[in-house]
Amino acid sequence: MSAWFSQHRAAFVRALRRLVGSPLNTVLSLLAIGIALTLPGAGFVLLENLRDLGRSVSGAPQISVFMALDASRKESAAIEARLRQSVGAAWRFVPREDALKRLQAREGMAEIVASLPRNPLPDAFIVEPQGASPEELESLRRSFAEWPRVAHVQLDSAWIRRFDAFLRLGRLAVTLLAAVFAAGLVAVTFNTIRLQVLSQAAEIEVARLIGATDAFIRRPFQYFGALQGLLGGLLAYGLVAAGLGLLAAPAGELASLYGGAFVLRGPGLAAAAALAASGAFLGWLGAQLSVSLSLRRFG
Amino acid sequence: MIAASGLTKRYPGGFEALRDVSFEVSVGEMVFITGHSGAGKSTLVKLVAAIERPTSGSLVVNGQNLAALRKSALPYLRRHFGLVFQDQKLLFDRSVLENVLLPLEIVGLPRREAVRRAQAALDKVGLLAREKARPIALSGGEQQRLAIARAVVNRPTVLLADEPTGNLDAASALEVLEIFESFHQVGVTVVVATHDPQWIERYRPHVLCLDHGRLAA
Repeated sequence: MSAWFSQHRAAFVRALRRLVGSPLNTVLSLLAIGIALTLPGAGFVLLENLRDLGRSVSGAPQISVFMALDASRKESAAIEARLRQSVGAAWRFVPREDALKRLQAREGMAEIVASLPRNPLPDAFIVEPQGASPEELESLRRSFAEWPRVAHVQLDSAWIRRFDAFLRLGRLAVTLLAAVFAAGLVAVTFNTIRLQVLSQAAEIEVARLIGATDAFIRRPFQYFGALQGLLGGLLAYGLVAAGLGLLAAPAGELASLYGGAFVLRGPGLAAAAALAASGAFLGWLGAQLSVSLSLRRFG
Repeated sequence: MIAASGLTKRYPGGFEALRDVSFEVSVGEMVFITGHSGAGKSTLVKLVAAIERPTSGSLVVNGQNLAALRKSALPYLRRHFGLVFQDQKLLFDRSVLENVLLPLEIVGLPRREAVRRAQAALDKVGLLAREKARPIALSGGEQQRLAIARAVVNRPTVLLADEPTGNLDAASALEVLEIFESFHQVGVTVVVATHDPQWIERYRPHVLCLDHGRLAA
């Protein structure tokens, strides 16, 4: 255990020295890695903000269940009983008389309603399923439509489905972008490590001659790759946070013009940890591939 | 300790550096491998150090048949050897002390203990006062002594040297061989390849004389 710890400590210190020892190369590599991680990182955070925005604008989704015009109150009561039994959601009954009164109360509608020979509005139920996905809402809509004496069912927040589909598409696009940039990050680290291995060929040869295993030789390069990736990830976090910080005030102002109170959220600690961890992993992977290939060539 | 039987080494292209060489070296012996340039001295040292593999024959070192040894086992075997080369193979971007620390880092000795042992090895070869210097600042003789300190710091059972005095003046060469002799005196097996016959009379070692890849009588 002590030998294991000593070897890892020595490898970590050597990797740190290499990072500090060539500041210009380190800064350039960190910038490349940071920018590569910033774009997908910012994409994910923006999509999260859009999702929150969608939720706040739509509120709870509603399903309006309209009875047939000639449905009796007894038939409406039967639907009420079904709702009580089968739907785990809030709902309320809107009698046709109340609906007419509300219509009358609207500006400019009183005279029109008064001129009608009879009440054209049916009894209705407003159902508010909590936390239901767009698919579940659609399933409920279809189910209500099959109930007796129900004339029409309207999913009031159908646009949520379109918005959700848009978000899914955005998430997929950002994931693809992240994959491309991840490959780029691996390539940057691969090349950096390849050059390091070439410049330290003499040291590697000596180390092998005096009993170093390949694992021992690989270790400082792996630490270097992981450290570089980790710092690049933290730089990406800083860039995303700074960028969203700059956008927060104009976005809030825009939302207030539409009567909303939207606040653009920056990346949290979880995002910082995710960026740092993915940077470290990808850096380690690039280093591992590069040094393994180089050692095989050294024979 | 070292037993070779019918040892042959043929390089790609067909050049036969060693042919049917057999010998034995006992624990604590001092052995000089001699012969003219191209006789196969370096090849024999490389075979014993497991840097090269024999084409045929058997070579047993510390009870292990090198011809049959798995590649992954080589690093652990080499830790029992102290290797000294004519060109020293020092790391010029590291200090004298750090050069000697390398074998101890490889075996994972705790830093404090490693520094203590490295300093003791440097003291043994008379370089403790230069521990912070870079190898480039040392003379040829000092660089060879530094290579010896690195070779012995891990307390090897066999000290293998390939032409360790080849680039040195007579005084420096004597210093280096005196150090080898001191390790021989405390029971370390020492194998030195040299083309210089003057040292044989001085130290009276077990001599393996090679001639065109064959062991001479």
